[in-house]
Amino acid sequence: MTFSNCSDLCKRLAWAGGLSSTPMITYADWGLNLTEGVTPYSRTIYDLHMLILWIVTIIAIVVFGALFYSVATFRKSKGAVAAQWHESTKLEIAWTLIPFLILVGMAVPATKALIMMEDVYGADMTIKITGYQWKWRYEYIDDDVSFFSTITHEANVARQLKSGIDPNTIEHYLHDVDKRVIVPVGKKIRYLTTAADVIHAWWVPALGWKRDAIPGFINESWALIEKPGVYRGQCAELCGKDHGFMPIVVEAVSEEDYEVWVKGMQTAEVVSDESGQEAMAITPIQQQESAEPQT
Amino acid sequence: MSEAATHDGHQDHHPSGIMRWLTTTNHKDIGTMYLVFSLIMFFIGGAMAMVIRAELFQPGLQFVDPQFFNSMTTMHALVMIFGAVMPAWTGFANWLIPMMIGAPDMALPRLNNWSFWILPFAFTLLLCTFFLPGGAPAGGWTMYPPLVLQTGAAFPFLIFAVHFMGASSIAGAINVMATIFNMRAPGMTLMKLPLFVWTWVITGFLLIASIPVLAGAVTMLLTDKFFGTGFFSAAAGGDPVMFQHIFWFFGHPEVYILILPAFGIVSAILPTFARKPLFGYSSMVYASAAIAFLSFIVWAHHMFTVGMPLAGELFFMYATVLIAVPTGVKIFNWLATMWRSSMTFETPMLFALAFIVLFSIGGFSGLMLGVTPVDFQYHDTYFVVAHFHYVLVTGAIYSCFAATYFWLPKWTGHMYDEVLGKWHFWLSTISVNVLFFPQHFLGLAGMPRRIPDYAVQFADFNMVSSIGGFVFGLSQLLFVYVVVKCARGGEKATDQVWEGARGLEWTLTSPPAYHSFSTPPEPSTIEGGMR
Repeated sequence: MTFSNCSDLCKRLAWAGGLSSTPMITYADWGLNLTEGVTPYSRTIYDLHMLILWIVTIIAIVVFGALFYSVATFRKSKGAVAAQWHESTKLEIAWTLIPFLILVGMAVPATKALIMMEDVYGADMTIKITGYQWKWRYEYIDDDVSFFSTITHEANVARQLKSGIDPNTIEHYLHDVDKRVIVPVGKKIRYLTTAADVIHAWWVPALGWKRDAIPGFINESWALIEKPGVYRGQCAELCGKDHGFMPIVVEAVSEEDYEVWVKGMQTAEVVSDESGQEAMAITPIQQQESAEPQT
Repeated sequence: MSEAATHDGHQDHHPSGIMRWLTTTNHKDIGTMYLVFSLIMFFIGGAMAMVIRAELFQPGLQFVDPQFFNSMTTMHALVMIFGAVMPAWTGFANWLIPMMIGAPDMALPRLNNWSFWILPFAFTLLLCTFFLPGGAPAGGWTMYPPLVLQTGAAFPFLIFAVHFMGASSIAGAINVMATIFNMRAPGMTLMKLPLFVWTWVITGFLLIASIPVLAGAVTMLLTDKFFGTGFFSAAAGGDPVMFQHIFWFFGHPEVYILILPAFGIVSAILPTFARKPLFGYSSMVYASAAIAFLSFIVWAHHMFTVGMPLAGELFFMYATVLIAVPTGVKIFNWLATMWRSSMTFETPMLFALAFIVLFSIGGFSGLMLGVTPVDFQYHDTYFVVAHFHYVLVTGAIYSCFAATYFWLPKWTGHMYDEVLGKWHFWLSTISVNVLFFPQHFLGLAGMPRRIPDYAVQFADFNMVSSIGGFVFGLSQLLFVYVVVKCARGGEKATDQVWEGARGLEWTLTSPPAYHSFSTPPEPSTIEGGMR
């Protein structure tokens, strides 16, 4: 069941009809704007983005309005006679100062947002993320859980050159992994990013930021996810042949479910190396998340 | 005087055929070679863009494997930046600057020949890597280590090609600056220079200051790869981020190298077809200089996500958004030039007007990208791709089109086909927006750049963008046809060519003699500060 040619309205109806929980729904998206995301920071970013977008839109209307008005009015074919003035100190000072003040107006909220972003203190837990060509490794520093996360097998088969498999038949094509990063909601999580070979970048749009994963460096950032759900992203820094094929899936669950998952992972690791398979068995809680917010 | 006479006497004795072009020291011949070279590279780089858009037409991999796709994006950028746009500027400088300042030729004619003839070798080196084991460079034109060190046999070819291009650019810049500072006709004071000349002075400074930095960076890559140094290797005590700092210290001035001459071209075309002097000549000069200065202290905005200290992020954000002020001054000056003017809309004017609108759109997205916290979302997405293509394609390349249509009648002595020129304009302008505007949406929706395949929610806009890309690509064949047709013949152009044209180049015959201004022009023909 595909909605690839469906309009936006049609999609919303599908959502309203609860079809969104049906597996195999893939749809093309005519989304135009940044999404708000699910962390305090991502919302701050969204508001800032909208503020600047409105500022530039208004400037664009004024500037392009003046330009098109001139083009329509001051035409030789309409008998316009060119004036010969070519200077006005007052005007020039005005259009130097006014943009400067607008910039100051933008810089204030931007500075606040940046200070908020860089404040990683008081984190409840830490996840270390290591980029490899071409997979991610997650280490839950406090819980002694670690695993690699790679693209799902069926997407990996379908994405081969001339595979003949229609990507629309694969659920979350290129945006799904074998093992998800399970995190609790409502906790300030500190992410440490680094890399083992070349530079990667860890990016889940719903969290509001991306951070480069650089060999020899450990970068800090944080997120407090407010809403349970599955949030998808992928590597954002060119890292070689399969750069386009190292997705990220973060699943935010309640604290209790998170505890259950951690216990399961810890047991599974003792039992076998195939910890992921065991862990996957516990994730039906994921399947119950009916509404999957935008990836 | 006797020297000038001898010079004149030789003008018809230059070799003909291939030797004319190999041995020429004439600024017009060399200018032509630069421009033809640039056009060829525009099509080679364009063909790569077509491969990219064909692969991205649909999700899934239909045509090329991911490694080759990465080669396409890498080589497309290198060819377009170093092969198409930069040689085009040197070409226009060669043709125009001596004629604009009343000089007989460039100051250093043999260096001029050499700086051009380095380029075909540089690009042979670069393009032959497609046939080497491991294929062409695929680590991105930014050559970030450690990834670029994984390049196969192509690696030294890439490094030396970059060295050659850099050497050519530096030689070209030295020549242009030596010409402008030493060869101006009596009475042509600095504040009477046409703005194209002024923007090239500033571009020359940027080139001479920034290209050696690139040369240093790529040499460090070379020694890291082959001689056991560890400049950029964390394991050897080096720093991969340092490369990015060094690269972008070159890279950001490079951005203005690619766009400042465009400002000069638009500042020449707009007053001509508006039949009104350029508004705010001196503020245009100061704004260009301010942009050039700021371009050296904003480099880290290309790498906000590497994890800089808060103070660094704040500094680079403030410095970056500040560039909007002098850039705004330019846009407002152009608007004021058009206000209460008497405009006609020949093809160069159409391209210049489209430049103002579309370059501004690129400027707006640039402002958005300059704000650090939101850049954490935009960085390395198609939003960035849309941004720099708006400033480079509808900015730099559009001004190349505008300049070609504007000065072609002067160079060839024939008018180009106005109807076909307008067709070229409208086809290009509609398709280029279909091509690049949806990429803003893709980036905001979360599509990273430099990926050969994508999640299916990005499918629709990619298809739209590819269709725009194919139409834009094909439209450029029309440009070549118009140029070739004009070079071969057509309606005879007058000396002034355009009713509103002012400046020394328009006082010469169309086409100008092989050596123009063997004697300096009358100081009274030099108009001050108008353009």
